[in-house]
Amino acid sequence: MDLIESYREELRLIRKFWTGLGIGCIIVAALILPFLRQDYLVHIATVVFIYAIGVQGQNILIGYTGLISFGQAGFLAIGAYAFGHLTAQGLPIPAALLAAGLLAGLSGFIVGFPSLRLKGPYLAIVTMGFGVAVYQILLNTEAISGGRMGLVVKKIPALFGLTQQATFYYFILLLLIILTIFSYNLISSYAGRAFIAIRDNDIAAEAMGVNLAHYKLLSFAISSFYVGLQGAAYALFIGYLEPNLFTFMESITIFVAVIIGGLASIGGSIMGAAFVILVPQVWSEARELVPVIFGITIIIILIFEPQGIAGRWLKIRLYFRNWPFR
Amino acid sequence: MRLFLQYFVSGLSTGSIYALVALGLSLVYRSTRILNFAHGDLAAFGTFVAFTLLGLQLAFLITFPLAIAGGAVLAMAFYFLILVPAQRRNATILGQIILTLGLGLILQGLISYLWGTDTKTLAFPLSDSRVWNIGGVVVSELGLWTFILGLAMSCLLYLLVQKTRLGVAMRATSENLPAAQTLGIPTRRVLALAWGLAASLGVAAGLFLAPALLLDPFFMLEPFLKGFAAAILGGLQSLPGAILGGLILGVAESLAGGYVSIALKNTLAFLIIIVILLVKPEGLLGEEFKERV
Repeated sequence: MDLIESYREELRLIRKFWTGLGIGCIIVAALILPFLRQDYLVHIATVVFIYAIGVQGQNILIGYTGLISFGQAGFLAIGAYAFGHLTAQGLPIPAALLAAGLLAGLSGFIVGFPSLRLKGPYLAIVTMGFGVAVYQILLNTEAISGGRMGLVVKKIPALFGLTQQATFYYFILLLLIILTIFSYNLISSYAGRAFIAIRDNDIAAEAMGVNLAHYKLLSFAISSFYVGLQGAAYALFIGYLEPNLFTFMESITIFVAVIIGGLASIGGSIMGAAFVILVPQVWSEARELVPVIFGITIIIILIFEPQGIAGRWLKIRLYFRNWPFR
Repeated sequence: MRLFLQYFVSGLSTGSIYALVALGLSLVYRSTRILNFAHGDLAAFGTFVAFTLLGLQLAFLITFPLAIAGGAVLAMAFYFLILVPAQRRNATILGQIILTLGLGLILQGLISYLWGTDTKTLAFPLSDSRVWNIGGVVVSELGLWTFILGLAMSCLLYLLVQKTRLGVAMRATSENLPAAQTLGIPTRRVLALAWGLAASLGVAAGLFLAPALLLDPFFMLEPFLKGFAAAILGGLQSLPGAILGGLILGVAESLAGGYVSIALKNTLAFLIIIVILLVKPEGLLGEEFKERV
């Protein structure tokens, strides 16, 4: 897209003044949102931010590494329940959050082992089996899931004179910004390049010296870490956990967000997360039809715009760059 | 021993449902390499069509074929209207699998919208509670007929695939698509037919499951996942494998539920998926698995 003259320029996250200005405006808007006293808007934005974390992680796995996974619900559940139990033991929230993410990442590392032998659809089935198995285990072990009563998670306390809602909002915003910067840097690091090489041609990547086993497992671990964090953040947000939050549909929702936002695009992941959260809100009167909208959008995107919203956005920008000339 | 036989027999009847679902999945997979994630929803849609038709006081013998045909038409329409245009635009296999996922979501939403999410009972002429006692083993009327249906459908499919011209065309298409096209086989129509057949097997399974479960928009999700497990157990490419896998899974589940714990019963299928794919990805009767990385 742009002419990049040096490696330093390639690594820079924001290359143009206008991009920086746009991102700055978005962040400022996000920062002042709680002061508008629109509780509903803050609520929706919080959910979008929470989802954006996990969708980014899945995009690293599906979009960048090209490994398909339907086991997100399992990692979500592991992150959420680990967080719930750890905070109940008295661990401070940031430490519990990190531990929950790491535990999910570890289980992702283990689930990633089949990916060393299996490709495409078969991998999808293994991960799907994992996701459903975690759900079933939760249903059947009251010690973990808290049985019919569910598991109550302590909510974040109100800090710095903000309301409880605003405190959590800023907390998630900070987490999302840190993780987004991390994702961008990861993609332009050696590991990220290795992921992309594996996606484009794994045999060629191996011939070039990319250790397939190492980087596939790393990709699984990182993506599950993100999803685990999402689960933990979600647990902290709603303050209550039950197994039915982690059904197969939850995996599908995150997957849909990745596809609609755009494969291999971090910005697209955030847009995809916004899509899957906002559509049910806008269509709250006909909730049954939400899957229909998701399905139709997936079909339209896969046939007409395989790069998703991010790809369309890129095309719009390219079109206006020399507008009105083409 | 009598208890064992009892578990075995009831497992066979559930297993024949799984076998029907698995047959539909592997029929599509072996001809197009697509995992049909909409299979369960297609089956559920057909079953709900049957529910409406039965509500109109139609005889069951008319409803049954109509529902099956409805599912088949829907699957063929999906093939022609969505998959073929996607293939023309060079959609990858993975993209096509995601398309079936999209279809599944659409159908699921439509079912919830049209029929509501509350549970319903299908007025089915076979009863679950009318039982016979054969040598100490209790067999319900529904269970017996389910097994017979599974057997009959499998035999019919076998005859179709192995003994007819159409079956030869189907096998040729799944073996080597370009070669089949060169030989003048209308591969699009053959593939559409495979989709239709698969969906009708699914609807048949759904119809026979409905009296045992209650009808709600998600009632086919679990049998669909189990059918998946069965298809993988037998080898996704192989039709006899699907039947064998279904029966084994049904019996294993029934035994695990009876002897170990009811909790294991539902998790078993997914453990089987993971273990089989790790140890022997081509399944019991599948051919050599070539796409190893």
